[in-house]
Amino acid sequence: MRTLRLARNVRLGIKNLLLHKLRSFLTTLGVVFGVGSVIAMLAVGEGASKEALERIRKLGSQNIIITAMKPVEEESAQNVMVFMSIYGLLYDDEMRIAESFPAVERTAPVKLIRKEGRLGARSLDLRIVGTTPAWFDLVQRPLIAGRVLTARDMAEKGDAVVLTEYGARRLLATQATIGQWLRIGGNYLQVIGIVKSESAAGGSMQTPDQEIDAYIPLDVARERFGDVFIQATSGTRSMEQVELHQMIVEVRSTEDVEPTASGIEAMLKRFHKKTDYRISVPLALLRQAEATKRTFNIVLGSIAAISLVVGGIGIMNIMLATVTERTREIGIRRAIGAKRRQIIGQFLIETVVLSVCGGLAGIGIGLFIPWLISRFAGMPTIVSAYSLVLSLGISMSVGIVFGIYPALRAARLDPIEALRHE
Amino acid sequence: MNTPASENALTAQIVDLRKVYHMDSQYVTALDGITVSFERGSFWAIMGPSGSGKSTMLNLLGCLDRPTSGQYILEGQDVSSLDDDALSEIRLKRVGFIFQSFNLIPQLTVRENIELPLYYLGWDPGSSAERARELAAKVGLEKRLAHRPSELSGGEQQRVAVARALANDPAILLADEPTGNLDTATGEEIMRLIAELNEQGKTIIMVTHEAHIAAFAKRCLHLRDGIVERIERADR
Repeated sequence: MRTLRLARNVRLGIKNLLLHKLRSFLTTLGVVFGVGSVIAMLAVGEGASKEALERIRKLGSQNIIITAMKPVEEESAQNVMVFMSIYGLLYDDEMRIAESFPAVERTAPVKLIRKEGRLGARSLDLRIVGTTPAWFDLVQRPLIAGRVLTARDMAEKGDAVVLTEYGARRLLATQATIGQWLRIGGNYLQVIGIVKSESAAGGSMQTPDQEIDAYIPLDVARERFGDVFIQATSGTRSMEQVELHQMIVEVRSTEDVEPTASGIEAMLKRFHKKTDYRISVPLALLRQAEATKRTFNIVLGSIAAISLVVGGIGIMNIMLATVTERTREIGIRRAIGAKRRQIIGQFLIETVVLSVCGGLAGIGIGLFIPWLISRFAGMPTIVSAYSLVLSLGISMSVGIVFGIYPALRAARLDPIEALRHE
Repeated sequence: MNTPASENALTAQIVDLRKVYHMDSQYVTALDGITVSFERGSFWAIMGPSGSGKSTMLNLLGCLDRPTSGQYILEGQDVSSLDDDALSEIRLKRVGFIFQSFNLIPQLTVRENIELPLYYLGWDPGSSAERARELAAKVGLEKRLAHRPSELSGGEQQRVAVARALANDPAILLADEPTGNLDTATGEEIMRLIAELNEQGKTIIMVTHEAHIAAFAKRCLHLRDGIVERIERADR
């Protein structure tokens, strides 16, 4: 019975609003755009941060990544004739880390060498990654064909190489992929598998390094290519000796990440005279990115809230005009026996109907704008169900908050005065 | 005046009713102690020059306003000091209004206008539509139910207003210059309808300043300066 009455009141409210179609339409525009911008902004923000979070998450929240870094002092001392710079992580570092920290589950060393890969007439600059099978467990890159490196490849120092999808396409083209012999430097290595390409981040033009990876057993890399790299850049030749370029350390649980990271740092400090490494913790990055996202959402939310308040004021303005215009009607209803709260209810329902209709139209716009952005600007957007529910709730509250004053004004009218109103 | 009439024979009774308005730091006495008993089924005309207190009296009788002092007993219940909600309830259940300017709600159809009191009484749509049809037939407008007030003539609009006033089967029917906006012929038509309702037993109190309209009533109360000047018994 109550809901039946409410439905009747809503119908009556809609009927009254339809009497002034243009006015009702213009009145709701504020809420339409307010809600639309809330959803659109949240969708863009969500899309952008999801991409960032995804990238960090791929690094693994239980991982610690130690990267070799050319020390700063060395770089400035380059002019003073340093023949060879020796820096980076050591083979021993890996062993020490694996053995000293009980929380460490696995480690994956990475040795990077830039070499040209050739297959028949085709060639491609490759980034040779000398590593162990553990790398494929720690960095999730799905296998497309063949197999990844195994313990046997390590033990036998097999001439095996795993390519990325991108690298395989460029080098192998239409030929049967697995089993081909690739010439890298002066060596021949057999393609044993292909892993999925890392999706290029947000339409960047450059081919990311990891696209041209060629994974080979660490010991093979060490024996065939050595630790010394000669770089010929614009006339000057520089020599570097780096044992390991990167090390990925996986700990047992996320709680172990931070203590282990600081433990590793203390240990490396002892064995390295210079700070020629950097420790990054994806978990910390993740937390930071999440905090940034929160801030971003708060800022967007405030802007959206302001636009909704403006929309609400527009509605209130029109409802006050409506109350004045319908003073006589209010007088008639009161004379017939309508109670104050019934008058309040009538006008409040009208305002809420107005703002909820605006909210629904705003959801339409809020779905359309992110679609446009994704389609034409190539930016990822995510419209969450939560933002739809939120904005519908907000538009309803805007109706109640900004409708209550006009409704009270209507109810407070003296029936005798109201009946006399022209 | 102090006729010991039995309570049941009286629909409404006002005793020493006073109404003082406070306007611009001045007190204006609109009604200065009026005592009248309205018997069941009676038909009263209230006459008097403007400013005599006619409208104030009608507003008090219609529970749109509260007296400054004195008593108003409607169907045995003292309603002189009820709050706004309770007065609304009394209006809803026991009072019917007919106004000079019809006061129909323009955006509602004839049927919806007649149903308005029933809506506030909480009737379900089915039975209130049925009741609206009956009432429209009673005032001769059964073919106009779907029309809006603006599509009706003045006389028809007033008939709708009469039908609406009857919807809640009120104890008293109050009419404020019901023919004021109508031409003489139409006005007399409306008066015949109202008189007919009185024949059927409705208690009617009507404010008018036209003698030939007042002639339809059975009694005529003359007000002057907020007091009862005289009460006439009309012979019809």
